Amino acid sequence: MNHDTYPDDYIRGILNGVKVIAMVGASPSEIRPSFFAFKYLVQRGYDMIPVNPGHVGKSLMGRPFVASLADIGRPLDMVDIFRSSQHIMPVVDEALKLSPLPKVIWMQLGARDDAAAAKAEAAGMKVVMNRCPKIEYGRLSSEISWMGVNSRTISAKRAPIPTQGMRLSLNRTSVGGGTTAAADRAAKDRSDPT
Amino acid sequence: MTERAPGFATLAIHAGAQPDPTTGARATPIYQTTSFVFNDADHAASLFGLQAFGNIYTRIGNPTNAVLEERVAALEGGTAALAVASGHAAQVVALQQLLSPGDEFIAARKLYGGSINQFTHSFKSFGWNVVWADTDDVASFEAAVSPRTKAIFIESIANPGGTITDIEAIAQVARKAGVPLIVDNTLASPYLIRPIDHGADIVLHSLTKFLGGHGNSIGGIIVDAGTFDWAGSGDKYPMLTQPRPEYHGIRIHETFGNFAFAIACRVLGLRDLGPALSPFNAFMILTGIETLPLRVQKHSDNAKAVAEFLSKHPAVAAVNYAGLPEDKYHALARKYCPKGAGAVFTFSLKGGYDAGVKLVSNLKLFSHLANVGDTRSLVIHPASTTHSQLDDAAKIKAGAGPDIVRISVGIEDKEDLIADLEQALSA
Repeated sequence: MNHDTYPDDYIRGILNGVKVIAMVGASPSEIRPSFFAFKYLVQRGYDMIPVNPGHVGKSLMGRPFVASLADIGRPLDMVDIFRSSQHIMPVVDEALKLSPLPKVIWMQLGARDDAAAAKAEAAGMKVVMNRCPKIEYGRLSSEISWMGVNSRTISAKRAPIPTQGMRLSLNRTSVGGGTTAAADRAAKDRSDPT
Repeated sequence: MTERAPGFATLAIHAGAQPDPTTGARATPIYQTTSFVFNDADHAASLFGLQAFGNIYTRIGNPTNAVLEERVAALEGGTAALAVASGHAAQVVALQQLLSPGDEFIAARKLYGGSINQFTHSFKSFGWNVVWADTDDVASFEAAVSPRTKAIFIESIANPGGTITDIEAIAQVARKAGVPLIVDNTLASPYLIRPIDHGADIVLHSLTKFLGGHGNSIGGIIVDAGTFDWAGSGDKYPMLTQPRPEYHGIRIHETFGNFAFAIACRVLGLRDLGPALSPFNAFMILTGIETLPLRVQKHSDNAKAVAEFLSKHPAVAAVNYAGLPEDKYHALARKYCPKGAGAVFTFSLKGGYDAGVKLVSNLKLFSHLANVGDTRSLVIHPASTTHSQLDDAAKIKAGAGPDIVRISVGIEDKEDLIADLEQALSA
């Protein structure tokens, strides 16, 4: 998989296919990006599990925190990692010990570990790096267009009005994968060692 | 299966717009409302805390305006956009995210006269200091860089016309200086030039001109290319990278990734400065954009025919139009805008200032007014109007000397435009 840009169909397939998501590094602080994403994914009907050893005993939107992936005790579809790049590998190693294996490893905006990605892909998992599932879901459903964001999709079909817990159609016509050509190029330039 | 990307004309009609979820209306409705109801207290709190997508109040965002924003972002190849009340408002809101009092930005000397005025005088009261560079001399931009430089500002095709800026060369200066390159793309429109493809980090427009295109609505827009590395910029841009007390300590760049600049412009700039675009104007401008590719091609073709006519006329001293093969900017025009060199340009008359004044009053089809990018052909004498605040030396440097006439060629029949100029020049 080329991890500089992702075809929309790849992201669409993942977001349409997963149900149970463990978010490693989920924060109860209302100003952290992980809180934003967790809350949104709950609202869009995903079965979210917050993983953060510092908050065991508390819960996030009614879902109790667990200390580690191993503590979840039921099958996961996706592990969404809200940690910086240097802390990715141990989480992937932990995910690789689960049975059954999660189908997807997702690393948040700003996080990228190509070695960890290769390891997960070798075990048959799909990998997304340096993206946010909230942004991608909002983009492919065009819900993010309320913020003036370029969804890179178009549609001549009437969309339903989103309500609490409702899954939205992500099946719009893609203008192109990834974010935009220039933004993808800039991200690649930054990740290439010079 | 490879994804097939829709072309420019398709995006000009469809990007951002889909049938209205409530009524099925196919044209984008004018959501002429100040405010939007919340579902419940948590929904309201989520919206105010930037946690949820949605609408609160038209000063911050509006569904009609959002269609316009996504449309222009798509046409420019940007990640997001923010529509505001005018092109001038776009400049204030964009620069407010980048500059603190005492900071500098470098601007090309050849700009719309109103921008020169805004940068020189109004921004001084904010403590934002403009440092001028020579549009045609890349080294002058490099020489102007200082530790307080926060941005570089250029126009792709510079007003009052004729000048094509070497965007890529200046983008390299900006990259080396670690500051975003801001390109005002008003006179080119994304149909002729897409500055982001050439290294721009932020693109601005006066929507009033070719995008709206019909001379009926004032508006401006800021497009975020998603290319600038705010995370790697240290403390240079606190609006983007420092915890924002307005939002309980959110850091905009880590929350919104590669459209963080557009969000900062909305939630810190537009929200607090207030220059919101009327949804009615957004609707008018959206309707204009649907025909952007057709209009701008016709504008450019007509302009070339008019420039060719003028360049052969005995009363004309010089024509400054990059679409003419002998023009000094022709090579840059071939590189940056091969479909056409735009529709706004200047020429000078052998009879000087007096002949220019006479020409303007003799024209019957060209309207004498201070705008460009209308369907109608327009004419003005910049030295006494748009650039009148500048002293004589600055007028000449800006390309608006006393003998210069500026025209914005419309999309009438070109034969009628040429006949009008012919009669006015010989009257």
